[in-house]
Amino acid sequence: MSSHSHVEGQLPHEPERATLEGRNKITGFWLFLGGETVLFGTLFAAYLTLRGQIMDGPAPNELFDFALVAVATALLLTSSLTSVFSMQAMHRHDVKGLIGWLLVTLVLGAAFLGVEIYEFNHYAHMGHTFSASAFSTSFYTLVGFHGAHVAFGLFWVILLLLQLKQRGLNTTTAPKVYLFSLYWHFIDVVWVFIFTVVYLMGKVG
Amino acid sequence: MAHAHAHAVKRRTGIMDWLTTVDHKKIGIMYLLAGGFFFLIGGLEAILIRLQLMYPQSEVVSAQFYNELITMHGTTMIFLAAMPIIFGFMNAIIPLQIGARDVAYPFVNALGFWTFFFGGLLLNISFIAGTVPDAGWTMYAPLSGTTYTEHHGTDYYVIGLQISGIGTLIGGINFLVTIINMRAPGMTFMRMPMFTWASFITSALILFAFPALTVGLAALMFDRIFSGNFFNPSAGGNVVLWEHIFWIFGHPEVYILILPAFGIISEVVSTFSRKRLFGYSSMVFATVLIGFLGFMVWAHHMFTTGLGAIANALFSIATMLIAVPTGIKIFNWLFTMWGGSIRFTVANMFAVGFVPTFVMGGVTGVMLAVAPADYQYHDTYFVVAHFHYVIVGGLVMGIFAGMHYWWPKMFGRMLSEKLGIWTFWMFYIGFHLTFFVQHFLGLLGMPRRIWQYLDGMGLNNLNFISTIGALMMGVGTIMFLINVVITMRKPKNLSNDPWEDGRTLEWTIPSPAPEYNFAQTPLVRGYDAWWHEKMEGNTKMTPVEPIGPIHMPSPSILPFFMAVGLFIAGFGFMYSKPADWGTTGLIIGAAGLLITFGCMALRSWFDDHGFHIEEEEILKDQGVKA
Repeated sequence: MSSHSHVEGQLPHEPERATLEGRNKITGFWLFLGGETVLFGTLFAAYLTLRGQIMDGPAPNELFDFALVAVATALLLTSSLTSVFSMQAMHRHDVKGLIGWLLVTLVLGAAFLGVEIYEFNHYAHMGHTFSASAFSTSFYTLVGFHGAHVAFGLFWVILLLLQLKQRGLNTTTAPKVYLFSLYWHFIDVVWVFIFTVVYLMGKVG
Repeated sequence: MAHAHAHAVKRRTGIMDWLTTVDHKKIGIMYLLAGGFFFLIGGLEAILIRLQLMYPQSEVVSAQFYNELITMHGTTMIFLAAMPIIFGFMNAIIPLQIGARDVAYPFVNALGFWTFFFGGLLLNISFIAGTVPDAGWTMYAPLSGTTYTEHHGTDYYVIGLQISGIGTLIGGINFLVTIINMRAPGMTFMRMPMFTWASFITSALILFAFPALTVGLAALMFDRIFSGNFFNPSAGGNVVLWEHIFWIFGHPEVYILILPAFGIISEVVSTFSRKRLFGYSSMVFATVLIGFLGFMVWAHHMFTTGLGAIANALFSIATMLIAVPTGIKIFNWLFTMWGGSIRFTVANMFAVGFVPTFVMGGVTGVMLAVAPADYQYHDTYFVVAHFHYVIVGGLVMGIFAGMHYWWPKMFGRMLSEKLGIWTFWMFYIGFHLTFFVQHFLGLLGMPRRIWQYLDGMGLNNLNFISTIGALMMGVGTIMFLINVVITMRKPKNLSNDPWEDGRTLEWTIPSPAPEYNFAQTPLVRGYDAWWHEKMEGNTKMTPVEPIGPIHMPSPSILPFFMAVGLFIAGFGFMYSKPADWGTTGLIIGAAGLLITFGCMALRSWFDDHGFHIEEEEILKDQGVKA
């Protein structure tokens, strides 16, 4: 149970797996993401059931603007890449690189969220409000759940950045950052599905 | 191990100890207490239901209150009584069975308990608020929507279950990781005791079933509080979607309930037959298979919804398939008893009584799986009889078996066997009296959830018998409570292995277990690790380490406050409509969330260094016990 199994002052190559606590966190987080998959799966199922029910509101192909969605997608996919870079920096024990790439991830994630808020606002002005139809309710719930996950991730990474700044990289901070990167990839994968199921199928299908 | 950090040891006592504990054994006891409390509430509701149905056209309770009773009885028993009691056993026993000093996440474990508890509290506060959920425990839309339920009943259900569901989900993940990562050396997967295996599969089911409920509850909440349209047909919503989401969660849920009972029965039958569990590997296989098939059968709750012949046929066949692994289990228990030298302790009486009772519930399950026949049974008392046979005759019998079996390990005192025998017969006879006749009530056409029935329809006698049985079950439960109170006055003087036939690791350590469980982590050399050593003539396990300081996690009050935050938030959002508290409700809701997320941030920011239990203390413990 000891969290000090490494040689004092020397970090192992994968500091996130150096302690039992760290390994437990990683196992548990993968399982948690399994549960999250079911959560988003159910949301997708609800959306697919209801997406044809537009009532008097605007239809998906009138609503969605590919340029905007492309920007959002590019931002989020790039932020996933930069979180990979941060993990590579962590494995090199390069704290500066780790913090730097996490900062880039944070900025890109915040930009994505900004675009999404603009997008929602824009749709609401077109009459696509939460209560307009079953389509709009399920759209905002699915995409909103994803957005809420992004927002949570941003607060999380800010907290981790502060900890890294204050305490540096050690066997306690490393698993935390690693979990964040897992989480961020997961959010990214969910977005790929949202892009396909909501936006592509909405435009073409 | 070699060095001890000099962190201040903060060991609290009294009420603060219980509010801040992260010890899985104490959390297990709290789960049992809270689950037992809700079990009594749910039982009281059941008694009131049966009193109302004792005579035709009676008015013991009003129609509205009756609807509230049936809704709260089902919801309370499943989410707030059965599952927490199971979690109590999982907490108290799994780490001991796998030779671990703790669960993987002690802090999360405490958080899971408190969120369950405050979720359950919120749900039951609806009685005080005077707006009780009344749309049935399945909360079918549109009945549960704002059109037909204008009061806050559904809101209490949706938010109360959402909060307690968080506790269940993180509890499930905790046990999965504990079992995957924390097993003692030599404790391979295929050497794990059956209860641990069953809990492992149950935890996996929780992980993959509960998020569906989360979405369902959130959708219903959005519909009600933020005027969403998921289940509102006039704006394109789909009420059958709720049924699908609910049962995609709901069917695995019944296996979440019964699998741990299967595990308990396996332990008890094997111990008191003084035989290795027959067909251990097939038992594991059957448990995994039931868990897998449990996700494939949800639409058998919806045969009469009108999904079409193909869907009904597929789900019908899938449902019948589950009878195969279940049958494997039944025969394994019978063959375990076969040729064993059986001791009829109270625990074993419940276990042996479980077998034929559960078979009856299983057989009616296969009857219900026949889709065309189900059109006849659907929503009648036949269904009520079926699910009470599997839940009460299966799960509750398993719980009683587990209570009597593990009570000495959890509390260091033996429940009175004499009183236990009375409890068993009272409960067992009462159970069959209550529910056996309900099969026939159903076949005679009595619909479930009905408030009154007319005189002269041939339903009078059977209903009367059923009520008498329910009262007997009530008396049996009271006998158990008396037993608990009497036992608590006995001295704590039990040996490590009070049944003397213990087979698994929990019987190698003192009763009750010390805070650190194992002074030295044991080496596991075979299935039924403790029995294995006994057969080799050993009086204790081989340790894999010398005695040394043991690192323990610190207690924390944060889990309690995180749950309180969710409780406050739930209240705020529930009353955030302009007709209620309006913006004030939203502010209260936001403040509650702020407490929860703030505590989360505090937990992340301040590292828990824990503390060490020193060698002297461990040796002293052993000196006292030896």
